[in-house]
Amino acid sequence: MSLSYLVKRIGFILFTLLAVSVIVFGITQVLPGDAAQMMLGENATDDALAAVRDRLGLDRPIWLQYWDWLSATLGGDFGTSLRTGLPVSEMMLPALQRSLLLALLAILLMLVLAVPMGIIAALRRGKPTDVVIGLGSYVGVSMPEFVTATVVLLLLANPVLGLFPATGYVPLTEDFWEGLHHLALPVLTVSVILIAHVSRMVRSEMIDVLHTDYVRAARMKGLTRRRVILRHALPNALLPAITIVALDVGYLLGGIIVVEEIFAFPGIGRQLIVAIQNRDLPAIQAGALIMAATYAIVNFLADLAYAALDRRIQYA
Amino acid sequence: MPETIRRLLHTPQGAIGSVIVVIVLLAAIFGPWLAPDNPETFNYGNRFEGPSGQFLFGTDQFGRDLFSRILHGAQSTVLMAIFATVIGTGIGAVIGTGSAYLGGRFDELVMRLVDAVMAIPNLLFALLIVTALGASGVNALVAIGIAFAPGMARIARSVALTVREQDYVKAAIARGESAGYIILREMLPNVIAPIVVEMTIRVAFAIMLLATLSFLGLGAQPPSSEWGLMVSEARSYMFRNAWMMIWPGVCIAVVAIGFNLLGDGLRDALNPKT
Repeated sequence: MSLSYLVKRIGFILFTLLAVSVIVFGITQVLPGDAAQMMLGENATDDALAAVRDRLGLDRPIWLQYWDWLSATLGGDFGTSLRTGLPVSEMMLPALQRSLLLALLAILLMLVLAVPMGIIAALRRGKPTDVVIGLGSYVGVSMPEFVTATVVLLLLANPVLGLFPATGYVPLTEDFWEGLHHLALPVLTVSVILIAHVSRMVRSEMIDVLHTDYVRAARMKGLTRRRVILRHALPNALLPAITIVALDVGYLLGGIIVVEEIFAFPGIGRQLIVAIQNRDLPAIQAGALIMAATYAIVNFLADLAYAALDRRIQYA
Repeated sequence: MPETIRRLLHTPQGAIGSVIVVIVLLAAIFGPWLAPDNPETFNYGNRFEGPSGQFLFGTDQFGRDLFSRILHGAQSTVLMAIFATVIGTGIGAVIGTGSAYLGGRFDELVMRLVDAVMAIPNLLFALLIVTALGASGVNALVAIGIAFAPGMARIARSVALTVREQDYVKAAIARGESAGYIILREMLPNVIAPIVVEMTIRVAFAIMLLATLSFLGLGAQPPSSEWGLMVSEARSYMFRNAWMMIWPGVCIAVVAIGFNLLGDGLRDALNPKT
């Protein structure tokens, strides 16, 4: 990975984040009614509105407002929520932590299940196991999270069985097992699409790799099948997975919004939906910006990881 | 083209996908005529019923016939999703083709912007647009169209770059045709075909996205029988009559599976290498 590549990538991510901030700010400016109207309600007098607009600087040119917003945001100040009157960062950052926990557990579950499923399907190509895994993954990628969530709720959280709590959140630090118990259904729901997608990808990469000369050579050298698959084929099949998993973080973020809403999980997705429902401008801006920036940065890191790892077999 | 269709129907994905998609399209187009009942008629004597001879799929909390609601909802779910994809593809194709034709600095700038917009997850982007426009089925459609445009622009550009090198485009440039004429009349028609495959897969995603927006209360509004909205309304009653949730959920999944299969089948049929 050369220095110029790194500089170029960093330049690009900065440009991307800037463009994302312009888009997020721009879209929230289109909202009917301004922040002053939202704070004071429908019946506010013109004088009161003018006073608040003056205080918030809403009369100033839009690019000046954008600049103020951007510089405050970069300093970690996301403004004050119109709904609660609290600083937005105090609402968003703890929510972000909880969402990250949810996302990391989902990715973990995905890796634990999707990689073995993909390998098994590739090794049993065309056999019943492969067909079953293939059909399962078609169903998996075709179910929106809210459908998966309702199925999961119906099966695992119904009043008769009552295996899992339907909603809520308990911090792991407070009660570890109860916390996991509450996290189980959201994590399961959000990871279904990822598992389906990644297992398909691992399968097709694995099939390609199994037909390469070096795998054939390793086999003819008399290495055990297990060693050929795990040491020679798998690392090369997994390399493209880095990029795909990074792109899947986009789905994951969307999924988190839906799943947090359904399971009443107090994460950033739910904060965003609540902000949208209440037209809470600063909170919408902060939530959208944090999520989009997370996605952009994950893809940036994935590109770097790919560039660093893609050295085509080195025996050191 | 007949050759492609033959190859499409020979792959298991293509055959199953085509059958599902054709049935779904027929249901979406003729649904309102096929529906045995008015989807908004209340039958208070028959609330929360399971499937029966009278009500094929059962009834909801107002005793409305679920089968009729599903058939009517096919339009506001499937046709709207296809329409959204077509809008997104159209905008994307024009941007991508134009960018490829003009090239240079302009191309660089447009593609960097496209990358930047794609850094926003689709659902989040669509949510923001719907928030700005206001919650309604049509606005959700527009939002998905806009959210899809950058991805399609990138694909259209890569196709257009090869089309641009074709002799008929060079001839048009030599004739002194305007940029608009060359992009719209010479290049675009030849860019569209490869994009159709990508579009088919996107329809599956558009259906899921549209239903998700409605589910969140930001798309179709009651008393619409859009499927995502049906699932959302059924949640309050899910342990009283699970059918209310099962039918629309299954329909969304089956339609998405159909378009995914068809898309994969088309891709294999058009690139016969493996």
